[in-house]
Amino acid sequence: MIAVRAINLSKQYQIAHAHAGGHRGRRYRTLREDLIALPRGLLGRNGDTKEVFRALRDVSFEVNQGEVVGIVGRNGAGKSTLLKILSRITEPTSGRAEIFGRVGSLLEVGTGFHPELTGRENVFLNGAILGMRREEIARHFDEIVGFAEVEQFLDTPVKHYSSGMYTRLAFAVAAHLDPEILIVDEVLAVGDAAFQRKCLGKMSEVASGGRTVLFVSHNMAAVRTLCGRCIYLRHGSIATQGDTDDVLRIYQQDLQRVEIDATTAVHDEKMRRGNGAVRFTGIQVTDDTGAKISQCYPGQAVRFEMDYRVMRSIPRMDVFVGLRSGKSGEFVTSARHEVAGADLSADHSGTVVLELPAIPLRPGEYLLYFWLGASSSEPFDVVDDLTAPLAVVPHGRQSSVVFDHAENIGFFDVQSRLVEKEVITPPDAAYLV
Amino acid sequence: MPSVVIQPTSGWAAINLRELWRYRDLLFILAERDIKLRYKQTALGVVWVVLQPLIAALIFATIFGRFAKLPSEDVPYLLFVFCGLLVWNFFAAIVQRAGNSLVANSALVSKVYFPRLLLPFGSAIAVMLDFVVTLVIVSVIMFLYRQPVTPNIALLPLFFVMALVAGVGVSLWLGGLNVRYRDFAYVIPFLLQVWLYASPVVYSASIISAEYRWLYALNPAAGFVEGFRLALLGKSSFLPEQFALSALVAVIIFFTGIFFFRRVERSFADVV
Repeated sequence: MIAVRAINLSKQYQIAHAHAGGHRGRRYRTLREDLIALPRGLLGRNGDTKEVFRALRDVSFEVNQGEVVGIVGRNGAGKSTLLKILSRITEPTSGRAEIFGRVGSLLEVGTGFHPELTGRENVFLNGAILGMRREEIARHFDEIVGFAEVEQFLDTPVKHYSSGMYTRLAFAVAAHLDPEILIVDEVLAVGDAAFQRKCLGKMSEVASGGRTVLFVSHNMAAVRTLCGRCIYLRHGSIATQGDTDDVLRIYQQDLQRVEIDATTAVHDEKMRRGNGAVRFTGIQVTDDTGAKISQCYPGQAVRFEMDYRVMRSIPRMDVFVGLRSGKSGEFVTSARHEVAGADLSADHSGTVVLELPAIPLRPGEYLLYFWLGASSSEPFDVVDDLTAPLAVVPHGRQSSVVFDHAENIGFFDVQSRLVEKEVITPPDAAYLV
Repeated sequence: MPSVVIQPTSGWAAINLRELWRYRDLLFILAERDIKLRYKQTALGVVWVVLQPLIAALIFATIFGRFAKLPSEDVPYLLFVFCGLLVWNFFAAIVQRAGNSLVANSALVSKVYFPRLLLPFGSAIAVMLDFVVTLVIVSVIMFLYRQPVTPNIALLPLFFVMALVAGVGVSLWLGGLNVRYRDFAYVIPFLLQVWLYASPVVYSASIISAEYRWLYALNPAAGFVEGFRLALLGKSSFLPEQFALSALVAVIIFFTGIFFFRRVERSFADVV
């Protein structure tokens, strides 16, 4: 029995490069822009150069009922677009998809949550937004509240909640959605490790209950645990699909080959920002001998080789490189240096190599953040989360992702030792036995 | 048989009543949220709803009634203008809130699917509560002025529906345009300002000469404002046929609004 069938799904976005310094990345227009463009359009001379961005190209696949399928791919590969089409948030440009059964889609935790409303009110609001009937929510209400562990705060506005409580409540509503087909996007990227484990537990419960799940995640370990089959999207089309282990192996090989240049994902405001006065033209991660690497060991020096080209003259330039946690997105550490202290005119180009010395980073994935600019308020170029994350792997182990962090929490190894280890036996212990 | 087929739609899409019905709970929960938020976020809450039309009516009564001495069909000008404001404010609030509802809820629109019509519909339902509160004030003022209630009061629900239909229709047009052209957020208040004076709220439709009154009736707001005076005060210079014309225009705006909205809604998530 088929649950989801996609046939040649494609989606295009038009990106208008406004003529005179328009706001890049803004997708709505102003009436004035259209009115001005109208006569030009009639004369056949359109001032804007329209670039078509093909987010999804001819994607076809089938998912059987009860299957748990992972969707992997780099940022900007079309995963979210695919989920948005299957959730009916946006329409495909061409192709079609058939869905057999009730869909619950979870592209975000807590969609529609309002800080001024109480926990109780938000449960009903969020539940209804996700497609539940009022009586259904009322039926599951106690379970939801129990899962979220927020009983005492039900009538408190959620703006007073800690972020943990907020996330737990939001996930709890979604977890009780009870759809036949569940579409999940990266929701596990939030919350602490314990909460992530709880969510994963709930997800595998859903999956083993015969429900169909489509699951997008960067967390390879989670994909490996949950999904029997995977679809790997690359530049909007399916690079390969099949058995999870095979697909992930190909995906990881690809991740190591990834390079960014001046045009990579420039349209994406989230991952590529800045005013464009200077653009990165290539970024490579190497070891201290200059050999390209995709992963390193704790305590190994790492270099970042960044090529850039100056597009418009600039007064000065700094470079900033940051490492962010692969789980929470927080900055773990960063470094900033001056690259040029004086004017650089257009068409200069160069390479800057920044070395992080041997720091005892704990195993895990670290997202890389590269920045060029003169001041914090006006960056020239920002490449965030576009390159492959830096994987720090433990010595002598193969797996690149450590799933259970219980033994080692935090980002850095520190030299610690036990100064004292004395156990005092209570004098009256004998009577207690 | 697939339960949902997803493919590009082209041209005009009809309204999917069955789906709207399935999502009816969400409609009321959205309306409930709007009401709760309004009363939670403003310190004065319900006092606002009472004060705002009252102060507006007093200002109009002073300027137009006392100084400009506009005719008010032999009823006290304050009562006269308040009856007009009662329904005008209802209409204007729908246009304002429902017209902005898509942009205001862009986080929802880009993250989850539901019939987008629920957003303007839900806002309109929330505005009904304000109407009820104002209606109570009008009754009090009518009582204070010893204004007799006529059998015409039975027409009130009819003109209420007319204002609702016109308001939602206009907001569907503006709401659809607002997503694409963000400057409509500024157009809406301006439009309402002009529209207020183009409608017989502060003056009586009787000052329009009878031969032009047919033209005037093309403004649906003229129909329901005069209609409220007919229902509450028992008199209006509008003929039944002129009310019918206003109502027809309101219905046309409503249905074209729905079709326009359905036509542009498929691109909302890509734009907001």
